[in-house]
Parts: sequence; C-alpha cells; structure tokens
Amino acid sequence: MATHKTMMKILVTVKEVATVEDEFEIEGTAIADQYLGADLNEWDDYAVEEAVQLQEAGLADEVVTVTIGPEDCEQTIRQALAKGADRAIRIWDDALEGVDLLDVGAKTELLKAVVEAEEPDLVLSGVQSGDDSFGATGVSLASAVDFQWGAVVNGLEHDLEDGVASVRRELEGGVEELTDIDLPAVLTIQTGINEPRYASLRGIRQAQRKDLDVQTLADLGVDAGAVEGDLELTEMYEPETESDVTVWEGGADDTAGQLAELLREKGVAQ
Amino acid sequence: MTDVLAVADHRRGELRDVSYELVTAGRELADVTGGDLHLAIISGPVDDFAEKANREGVDAIHTVSHGEEFNHDIYTQAIAQLYDAIAPQYVLAPNSVNGLDYAPAVADELDLPIVTDAVGLETDGQTLIANREMYGGKVETTVEVDAESALVTIRSAEWPTAEGTGDASIEALDADIDKDAIGSSVTGFEEVGGGDVDISEADVLVSIGRGIEEEENLDIIRDLADALDATLSSSRPIVDNGWLPKNRQVGQSGKVVTPDVYIAIGISGAVQHVAGMKGSETIVAINTDPNAPIMDIADYAIHDDLFDVVPALTEQFQ
Ligand SMILES: Cc1cc2nc3c(=O)[nH]c(=O)nc-3n(C[C@H](O)[C@H](O)[C@H](O)COP(=O)(O)OP(=O)(O)OC[C@H]3O[C@@H](n4cnc5c(N)ncnc54)[C@H](O)[C@@H]3O)c2cc1C
Ligand SMILES: Nc1ncnc2c1ncn2[C@@H]1O[C@H](COP(=O)(O)O)[C@@H](O)[C@H]1O
Repeated sequence: MATHKTMMKILVTVKEVATVEDEFEIEGTAIADQYLGADLNEWDDYAVEEAVQLQEAGLADEVVTVTIGPEDCEQTIRQALAKGADRAIRIWDDALEGVDLLDVGAKTELLKAVVEAEEPDLVLSGVQSGDDSFGATGVSLASAVDFQWGAVVNGLEHDLEDGVASVRRELEGGVEELTDIDLPAVLTIQTGINEPRYASLRGIRQAQRKDLDVQTLADLGVDAGAVEGDLELTEMYEPETESDVTVWEGGADDTAGQLAELLREKGVAQ
Repeated sequence: MTDVLAVADHRRGELRDVSYELVTAGRELADVTGGDLHLAIISGPVDDFAEKANREGVDAIHTVSHGEEFNHDIYTQAIAQLYDAIAPQYVLAPNSVNGLDYAPAVADELDLPIVTDAVGLETDGQTLIANREMYGGKVETTVEVDAESALVTIRSAEWPTAEGTGDASIEALDADIDKDAIGSSVTGFEEVGGGDVDISEADVLVSIGRGIEEEENLDIIRDLADALDATLSSSRPIVDNGWLPKNRQVGQSGKVVTPDVYIAIGISGAVQHVAGMKGSETIVAINTDPNAPIMDIADYAIHDDLFDVVPALTEQFQ
C-alpha cells in the first residue's frame, strides 16, 4: 500500500455561550441573568462535526472535547458527546468563579495544559465564540503549544497524508486561500464547513455514560496567577445609535401597506 | 515605551483600506503617549505599499520583503523582531481574517494581552481603554487593559482613513526569518460564489436570514421577490445550511451590494453582514427584535413577525 494513514487523536475546544433574549436589561457589567440562555457555540458545533467525520472516515481514533466552564455547562458538553465525541474534559476552579471576562491569555494557559497532557495530533476550535467573540483563542493556543495553525478554515481534505492538512481559509470577499499545514496543528473552524448533525436518541443516551472528567487548576498544574488576566470589563451598555429609523406601527396589514407604498414611491415593481 | 507599531494589511498585491484606518487609530494613540507611529509592511511589493501608506501621521515605515503572499509565520517573526527593536507601547493590527491568523500568535509570543475587534480606543498614556461589542452587537463594552503594553486588533471602517502625504522615514528591515519554523504554505486562491446571478448588480434585493427557520419557508420569500421583481439574497446561515448557493450571500465573506432598496428579513445585522450591505441606498428591516443591530442602519423598520408581514406585503403586489 502506497498510502499510510495515521490514526489521530483530535481535541475539540467546546464553549458554552450565553445567548440573550430580544428584550433584556443590563445590570452593572453584565446582562441580567433572567434574560440569558445557554447554547453550544455555533462554530464549535461545526468543529465537533468535522472531528466526528474524520473519525468516521477512519483517520482518527479518538475525539476528546475540552471546555472551560462551570458545572452548569455540562448539558452543553453532553450535546457534543451525543454527536459522537468520545469523552470530555471540563476545566473549572474556584479561582475562575469571580472572573467576568476570561481573556485569551488565561484561556490559552488552561487549554495548553490539556494539550500537553492529551498530546492530540489535531486541535479543532471555532473561529469565534458567539458571545464575547475574541476570535483569537485557537491561534493563541497553537502558538503556546508550538503547533502549526490555520484560522478561519472552511474546508479540510479528509486525507491528512504525510502529516499535512490541506485546508481552505475563507478570506474576505469570496476569496478562499488553499493552504497546506503541517501537523500537529490547530485549525479554527468556520461555519458552513460541513452540516452538523442532530444528536440521535441513541447518541443522547450514550452520552450520559461517556467520561466527563473535571479538572482543577491544581490538577492541570496551572498557577492561579496565570488565569488572572489583564483585561477588565468595566462597562456594558446598549450601543449608541445615530439611527433615524422610521418604525411603522400597527398590524401586519398596516405595516405591509406602508412598506408597499414606500416601494411604489421608489419605483419598485412597476 | 511610548511608540505605537501598526501592521498594514494587504492581499494579492493590494493594500487594504484598513491599513489607512490603522494609521489614524495609531496616530491618535501616539499623540497621547507622546511617541512615534511606526508602520510595518510585511511581504508583497513592499516598496510600492510603503509609498502608498506614507500618509500624514506616520513617522516611520519598516518594510520586510519576504515572499509575495501572506504567511503567518513570517508575520509573527517579523513583528516580534520589530517589537524588540522599537519597544512600542501598543501594537495595532487589523481584525481581518489574516489579522486573526497572526495577531493572537504574536500576542502569545510576546506575552502581551490581546484585545480584538476594537471599535474605539483611548489611552491616558498608562491604561488602555478599548470599546468592543458582545453578543453579536447587542451590547457594547468598555475593557481596561491592565498592562504596560498591549496588542489590539481594530474593526475595519470604524476609524477614518488617514489622508495626505506623510514624510515618514522608510527603512527595510533585514528580518532574520527562521525558515524551519514555517509550517504552512499557500498553494493557491479560488474565487467562490460565481454563477447564474450577480446580486451586486441588483437594484432591489430581498434578503433573508435565520429568522426564516426552515428551508420550506423560503417559498414565501421567493414569492415576495417575484412579486417585487427583485433578486433574492441572504445572510450567511442560509448559505451555510445549503438552502441557497454561495453567490447569494451578502457580507464580509460574500458579496458587497449597493442596491437602491435592500429589504433585510429576519437578519440581525451582525457586523460581517452589514459590511456587505451598508452602502445600500434605502434599507428596510423586518425583524421581531426591536434591538437587533440592523435597526442602527435601517431607514425603515417593521418590528413584527416576518411570517405575518411578508405574505401581507406580497399580497399588496399581486
Ligand atoms: C469571519 C466571519 C465571516 C462572516 N461572514 C459573513 C457574511 O459574509 N455574511 C453574513 O451574513 N454573515 C457572516 N458571518 C456571520 C455573522 O457573524 C452572523 O452569524 C450572521 O450574519 C447571522 O445571520 P442572521 O442575521 O441571519 O442570523 P441571526 O443573527 O441568528 O439573526 C436572526 C434574526 O432573525 C430575527 N427573527 C427571528 N424570527 C423572526 C421572525 N419570525 N420574524 C422576524 N424576525 C425574526 C431575530 O430577531 C434575529 O435578529 C461571518 C462571521 C465570521 C466570524
Ligand atoms: N471557555 C472555553 N472553553 C473551551 N473552549 C473555548 C472557550 N472559550 C473559547 N474557546 C474556543 O476558542 C474558540 C474561539 O473563541 P474566542 O477566542 O473566545 O472567540 C471557540 O470557538 C472555542 O472553540
């Protein structure tokens, strides 16, 4: 056989993100709890799917997820397990309890310890988290663990021959860059790269029995000082707008009528 | 440590506008810190870029001629060397796709805190204060950086472009690039999203977003587009789901459109979407959420359920 396919271990970083209701109130530097929901980060959903597909293609023999987050987010982690990840690691510690904005440097320190312990061949993270949207954790982690990397990947060839990942990076304006990246690497996964599956009932049942290992800073050998971070969230407010939007009021027939009138004025559909 | 180092952005032989915006943002900071504004130009036709980027406010331009295309390892190494040589207080980079492919690595390497996607920046010379959005633009925040030095990526089109001709010194840096550390290489580029329609040519766009919920529901939007004799476009999730082809996507990674009328239906108005349609002459938003960021740029809005409003509107034209 001319081709040698190595069995890989894939680590997927998975975040539970906060979602906000349409109407909400800000209390201090946060959105009041009653307006917040939680969900698996959209970008990480695609990353999990990509990892599971690599495993199904026979290129990986283990998919492990890692999440920094409190106990509450275990339901979200189980979602990733239900979609096919084999086991999960959750990092939490009293030292993280009071931090309202965990910055990229702090997340990097924590995830680095997990990469060093797990020694994956490939790390998949999301392009960004839907709530605080740093868009930076994957690349920062790659640098910290001395892996190669690629940001905003919307195509990955399921081949990985000779330890090289051939990827597409989605640039601005409908241009894609084709890049070869040496493994081990961190790829930040863009939405649309695949079609994330829904968890099956069987998957959901199985997920309950899969390993979800909780690790503290001490377990990881990370110093509390390393996660203090240099960023402090000091204010949160609704963005000022210079908007002078005309809002049409009334029932759907009324508002549709007013819009129709505007469109006719503009010469649409005549 | 009072200088500011900004890194220009370019792609396939073109200097991107955010480079001139970085000059403006960098100058504002340097005016307070009392230092110089340095601009790094890495790879590509650097001399040509240096001439173009030499606008008012730049004190020194450093060129690193190394390869034609962007490579994050070359950027990371070159910026680290410039950082050592200049010892800037702040490093500014674009929050572009390529910016996000090197800036976090530079921050890690240099042990600097990183703030991404800043829409406002201020310093008193000691503390850096950045404004950035959270929750897809629903709220804005103020973040204080408690460190001597920091790396910031700025959102495009938030600062005006620097104009005028500057008198910066232009110096070629003979960067010491470790080729063994380069673990990725570009093998080509592809333009995607071609095909039957060109939404950037349309006068009227009916654009649909995730508010449509299911693929089957797209029919009501198609009916509206037909009734208005308009072209159908969408936000990204619709294309990600495979419900419409890529050539219908409006936004940063899709098409930039400037129709006479843009009707955004069930689209929240994330920055990457707005980047593609804010130049539309008249923007109408139909959205149940009165706080959706799309309202900031809409001229007319209906705060109601699209499943009620859209059929009613179609009826008006039948
Ligand atoms: C690197 C990068 C590049 C990107 N490029 C693009 C791009 O080119 N184009 C793009 O569009 N996005 C792009 N995105 C994604 C972008 O960040 C957003 O995720 C996306 O634009 C959201 O699409 P949406 O507004 O349709 O969905 P959502 O943000 O989910 O908004 C749905 C909206 O529908 C409203 N709604 C729900 N139900 C109803 C109803 N019944 N009636 C009326 N309104 C309703 C909701 O109130 C909400 O405002 C990019 C992201 C990244 C990180
Ligand atoms: N708390 C977290 N736990 C696990 N992974 C995370 C966490 N925060 C960020 N990540 C990963 O890093 C990616 C980018 O996040 P960010 O840099 O915060 O925008 C996300 O898509 C996740 O894959």
